[in-house]
Amino acid sequence: MRKVKTIILKEWAEVFKNRLVLFTVAFMPLILTALPIITLVATGGLEDEMSTSVSGSPPDEFFGELCTGLSEMDCVQVYTLNLFAMMFMLLPVVIPVTIAAYSVVGEKMARSLEPLLATPITTLELLAGKAVAAFVPAVVATWLSFGLYVLSAWFVVNETVFSYLLDPMWLLAIFVVGPLLTITAVSTAIIISSRVTDPRIAEQLSAVVVVPIIMMMLGQSVGYIILDKQMIVILGGATALLDVILVYVSVHLFQRDNILTKWK
Amino acid sequence: MIQTENLTREFDGKAAVDRLSLEIGKGEVFGFLGPNGAGKTTTVRMLTGLISPTRGTARVMNYEIGVDDIHIRRNVGILTESPGMYDRLSALRNLTIYAELYEVEHVERQVEKYLRMLGLWDRRLEATGTFSKGMRQKLALARSLLHEPSVLFLDEPTAGLDPEASKLVRDFIRELQGEGRTIFLCTHNLEEADKLCDRIAVFKTTLRVVEKPSALRQQLYGRQTVFHLVERADQARVLLEQLPAVKSAKVIDERLLIATEDPDRENPKLIRALVEADFEIRFVGELRHSLEDIYLQLIGQAD
Repeated sequence: MRKVKTIILKEWAEVFKNRLVLFTVAFMPLILTALPIITLVATGGLEDEMSTSVSGSPPDEFFGELCTGLSEMDCVQVYTLNLFAMMFMLLPVVIPVTIAAYSVVGEKMARSLEPLLATPITTLELLAGKAVAAFVPAVVATWLSFGLYVLSAWFVVNETVFSYLLDPMWLLAIFVVGPLLTITAVSTAIIISSRVTDPRIAEQLSAVVVVPIIMMMLGQSVGYIILDKQMIVILGGATALLDVILVYVSVHLFQRDNILTKWK
Repeated sequence: MIQTENLTREFDGKAAVDRLSLEIGKGEVFGFLGPNGAGKTTTVRMLTGLISPTRGTARVMNYEIGVDDIHIRRNVGILTESPGMYDRLSALRNLTIYAELYEVEHVERQVEKYLRMLGLWDRRLEATGTFSKGMRQKLALARSLLHEPSVLFLDEPTAGLDPEASKLVRDFIRELQGEGRTIFLCTHNLEEADKLCDRIAVFKTTLRVVEKPSALRQQLYGRQTVFHLVERADQARVLLEQLPAVKSAKVIDERLLIATEDPDRENPKLIRALVEADFEIRFVGELRHSLEDIYLQLIGQAD
């Protein structure tokens, strides 16, 4: 464990001196938190206009069961909250990619991988240290952002709408599925980082893991997908299974011999 | 401390190291000489448990490579060809990280010891990215010693260093030699190998020779005497060739090179013969072949 801790602290000491990484870890969550708050404030300004609208109730074909028993205004806000809550499933995927994608190929570029591998550290310890170093900032930044989002929403929306934000479904998504998605992103990025020779390629290829989450967000924004508890549970289970496979693959693909002799 | 038997490593079917068999004793400084691409780094990587051999076996401190790699890595020190420091981190932080990874008991004490020993203590808090090449090399050397290894692999320790830094590193290697550590020194620098090594191996994919530098000179060239004559060197050669004690005689740049079995006994006779034949001798000396001559001859044979 001591060596894992050493690797984690080493990674943090290194990466947090990199402005790009700092931006990704600190500013992106802030931006993604500010955006929904601004949107909620803006939609709040439409309240008068909506309350005088002719229909007075939200269209069922678009919102489905999401808005049952809600006014049109509340429904729009609940929809907005749900849409942006998905951002907090995007963050745990986006943040670690920058750190993890650089983790192995960065060492190779700096020629520090050989002295590191010459120490009595096992592959599992090395990869665990690098993975945790990418995992923790992502999860902490996501949870802090979500906390900030919830706190801000409390000032902006009414109690009925606010209760939707603390729905167990979203808590499950943010506090369980989010970290599982982070493991997916980290494992994928480490696998890629172990196989490529350029950090830029590693980062670009690793960014592909974001695509399914963006597709889900798009699907939800056009009403094609309405996230419910069942879908979150299925997503969590599938991600957990995928994580087991990816962690196994990442450890087995990390061949010291190949990494040292085939990378020029 | 190090034994290899038919150690072979192939890349895509082509041998980089071919049937290397060596035995290196405790406290020995062993020079491993060879041109670029000879397989020196591959050999070091195999002996430090970083890569596996294709065939053959080796033991380092009685640990077998490919079987006890983690024990080997725990007990040997390696100075890689490139220092490979974490440039954004300070010298102190760099060494602390490695001391922890090498499971050093008294991390702070060991880090301080080697930073002071290599003259880097005053700059310990500076990022290594700001260090000169010589300082980085010294820091890498400190890193390789933090866990007090009995066997040390040094891959081109003075490559690219200025003469002052090279001397400092060489002096430090001598100190380590004095502490009884076994040192496997890969180098291009023949003068360095000549000064530091107890034995040298000339290597280019296969092992050409392993000997003490002085024994190699004797083995390849015998002892030769050089006569600087005022004139008529060719005529002097013809004269001396007739003497039974002379094994060979040749003229190079008006210098007469004579090889005999026993120069101490035969040289006075040769000088007398030349003087009696009215040759004017300007200077007489022993021809000392450099390690470079030996190296080039052996590598030439390898080609």
